[in-house]
Amino acid sequence: MRRDPLWREEISIFSADEKYVNRRQFAKFLVLTSIGMFVGNLWILVKSWLTKAPAYPLRAIAKIGEIPVGGVKLFSYPTSADPCILVRTAENELVAYSQKCTHLSCAVYYVHQTHQFECPCHQGYFSAKDGRVLQGPPQRPLPRILLQQRGDDLIAAGIDLGEA
Amino acid sequence: MEPLTPPPPTQRRGLTAIDGALALIAILLIVQMWLLTATLESLLAGHREAALPSAIASGLLAAACFGLYWFVRGVDREVRK
Repeated sequence: MRRDPLWREEISIFSADEKYVNRRQFAKFLVLTSIGMFVGNLWILVKSWLTKAPAYPLRAIAKIGEIPVGGVKLFSYPTSADPCILVRTAENELVAYSQKCTHLSCAVYYVHQTHQFECPCHQGYFSAKDGRVLQGPPQRPLPRILLQQRGDDLIAAGIDLGEA
Repeated sequence: MEPLTPPPPTQRRGLTAIDGALALIAILLIVQMWLLTATLESLLAGHREAALPSAIASGLLAAACFGLYWFVRGVDREVRK
């Protein structure tokens, strides 16, 4: 029995057959996706090589008595594109965190009654004590801003990403 | 109209092999997806040390997928003869 050549079986002249994807085409699509994943990993590798360890400047962000208990102050650190939130959780306790949710970068806000940070976008909750995730889709804790006290000034001195 | 006949045993075996290879490619791809998201999450958390092993593992998985595709291609050609 005479059979059509392979290319004719693969490329049908009937438009109704065009919607069918054969196994080989599907395998090719999966392999191309797999190569795409590899390229993505290479991109992460190159990015990790090119990114230098950030140097954090010392910057005065507030006066000690400026914020009442339960009050907050917004500031930017280390650049103007990095919004942060300073909170007086108790009389002698001040904490500061990045205000960007580690899920999709929505701004978190402080809820004094529960001592938590809440992300209103997807209901992510972080502990105000150490920034760890309490609930919701975020996988990483809020980066903590390291604070120093110099006289009456509160100084931002670095960022702790919160994971060992 | 020609009646439908079951495929010959060689072709049936070939199809089974191809289906198995496709399933394996899909599993490897899912592992690669997980690897990519986990590495990105790790990089965003400030850990760079995972990037190199992850890229090597992803490359090996991509090579395995390509090898399986080559297998599918060979079997496909064989059963169509």
